[in-house]
Amino acid sequence: MFELADFDEVTVSDVSRFYGRRRALAHISLTCSAGEITGLLGPNGAGKSTLLGLLATLTQSSVGEVRYGDRTTQQAGAALRAQVGFLSHDLQLYPELSARENLEFFAGLYGLDRAAERVVEALVSAGLNDRADDIVEGFSRGMRQRLALERALLHSPRLVLFDEPFTGLDEEACAALVARLRVLRAERRIILLATHDLDAVDGLLDRVVLLRQGRMCELGVGNSLRERYRAAIFAHGGGRQLEKGSSGEVAVESSPGDDPEELR
Amino acid sequence: MNRITFPILVAAALLVFVTAPFVIVWAPYESTMGLVQKIFYFHFPSWMAMFLSIFILGIASVIYLFRRTPRADGVAVSAAELAVVFGLMGLITGPLWGVKAWGVWWQWDARLTMAVILELILVAYLLLRRYGGPGSDRLAAGLGIFGMANVPFLYVSTELWRTVHPRTSVVPTLPIDFGVPLWWSFAGFMVLCLALLFVRSRLEEQRMRLERLYLTLEEE
Amino acid sequence: MTGFLKVAWLVLRKDLRVESRSREMLSTTIFFAVSCVLVFSFGFVRGGRVVDGAVAGILWIAISFSGTLALARAFERERYHNVLGGLMLAPVHRPAIYLGKLLGLLLLLGIVEVVVVAMVAFLFQASLFQHFWRLLAILALGTIGFASVGTLFSAMLVRVKNRAVLLPVLLYPVTIPVLIMGVSGTAALLQPEPNLAMVQLWISLLFFFDTVFLTLALWTFEPVMTE
Repeated sequence: MFELADFDEVTVSDVSRFYGRRRALAHISLTCSAGEITGLLGPNGAGKSTLLGLLATLTQSSVGEVRYGDRTTQQAGAALRAQVGFLSHDLQLYPELSARENLEFFAGLYGLDRAAERVVEALVSAGLNDRADDIVEGFSRGMRQRLALERALLHSPRLVLFDEPFTGLDEEACAALVARLRVLRAERRIILLATHDLDAVDGLLDRVVLLRQGRMCELGVGNSLRERYRAAIFAHGGGRQLEKGSSGEVAVESSPGDDPEELR
Repeated sequence: MNRITFPILVAAALLVFVTAPFVIVWAPYESTMGLVQKIFYFHFPSWMAMFLSIFILGIASVIYLFRRTPRADGVAVSAAELAVVFGLMGLITGPLWGVKAWGVWWQWDARLTMAVILELILVAYLLLRRYGGPGSDRLAAGLGIFGMANVPFLYVSTELWRTVHPRTSVVPTLPIDFGVPLWWSFAGFMVLCLALLFVRSRLEEQRMRLERLYLTLEEE
Repeated sequence: MTGFLKVAWLVLRKDLRVESRSREMLSTTIFFAVSCVLVFSFGFVRGGRVVDGAVAGILWIAISFSGTLALARAFERERYHNVLGGLMLAPVHRPAIYLGKLLGLLLLLGIVEVVVVAMVAFLFQASLFQHFWRLLAILALGTIGFASVGTLFSAMLVRVKNRAVLLPVLLYPVTIPVLIMGVSGTAALLQPEPNLAMVQLWISLLFFFDTVFLTLALWTFEPVMTE
């Protein structure tokens, strides 16, 4: 039986994911530790969502393995899912239900004790307490995002995954989300964040992983994150790719061109 | 194993099919239908080959779904294709025989009906694999299992359904004469079925290896 | 981990709640079923009287067509905001999710069938209610058989691009035994002197079919739905 809050790091070892001839991920290796925010950057179709899905155990790798602490996905079993919180790009909320009902449903599924209290706390945290019984269909994107975030964190997961969480948020909401991320980091959770919003996360990330066409690449040189990203992606000849089997940012040969093909 | 088994299978199949016409000609004429009845030596073994293939499809699907062995997937799709082919043979020889022997192309015979439905399920399997997009191999495995599980129910329900409804024409149920020609053709079809299954599975395996190589090549 | 039945109940309750807000699926499915019955009537009514034995067929075809529609609709909803992904991520027994969805669909189809049976009895003066419990058994067991397979196939196809076309292609051949058994059983009941032993046999067969296929569906749900 997998004890709760049992792992302090997630290790991805030479993971690749193929769909027939299409390579969604190739030779990804990285380690994320508790109390760290790892940023996943890259163009659309680079494989960020695939990697997040893999870490969330929604997808299996074709080659390689993922370890949570010292246990693989198979060994950890179903209880591992109780330790994963995933804020997906499509929010996964039932539009016909109210905010409260959405949270209560998931609280029930996760078998949480003090469910009612937790739901109230979550609603307050999302700033939706006065709209708790309005159906989600009428919410703005920002409101849904906040609710979905609370849903993903309702069960206090150890590993928190965000797929493009800044999409459609205004300045205020962005700042609030960044603040929340800092809080999560202080709570020593393992956090991975895939995003295009480089300005928002500049200075927030402890570690950066750049993906292009399923492979890890090195960031370029520059003052801000955006500059370094641009340098890597739009540099003449393309970004420099990482050697197989390494984790972190070590460069090898580059590959030409940028393939914006949607890999999702 | 391949080097020995495959040539043996092919040799056996050839042997049976080359000699079969002689055996069939030698077989006695059936009293009421004469020459036409001899199509039975193709008709019946075709069905048996189809059932064998469906059975293999079901088992391979279970293995693939629960163990994700890639080879099992190759065997499953091969078995499905073969089942469609043999089923088609049965469905063509059946009415051909029927129209000559009893004057009707189709008379909702229990077994023919069941065969049509099974054929539909198998074609659905192939359609799913073809048009289901990525991940359709798992889905098809699920369908394969359901298809195989359906066989006894189809048999029983079509049989019962036919006994309840009055027949539109007088069709005697043919007693199966377990004579030498029948066994000979039967053996031939079984061997042929296994040989083809073997070949087709190998093709699938090669295809998968090719994909792997393609991916490795891309990385260089 | 939350208990198996509890999860199924939560999923069911959620589906009922969602449906009660919009009532869209119930109304459209009933409407479709009613149209089915009418359309088939035009095919099978001659000189003001329905062709012998067509009543059972019309009833069951209407059920299977509207059932397929409901199935497609039910999972379309899950797909739309990828809530199915959220469900799969929860630390629960996956088959419990299947069971919850199945129960919801059975309820929906049950209501639709009440309407259809009443309509068929009315339009064709069919003596459907003389052997009420047996008719109920045939309808219930047949619907369960159809829906068990249908829920699994529908869930299976939820991420497939051609799902709208593939669902009927997969579902109808595999559920033909249910159709045969249901139609034969119902037709047998509608005879002036029903052969009750025969009817009993059909009911037993349906029960057997349901047991086997429900078990198969529960067994294969997780491996089929996970990548």
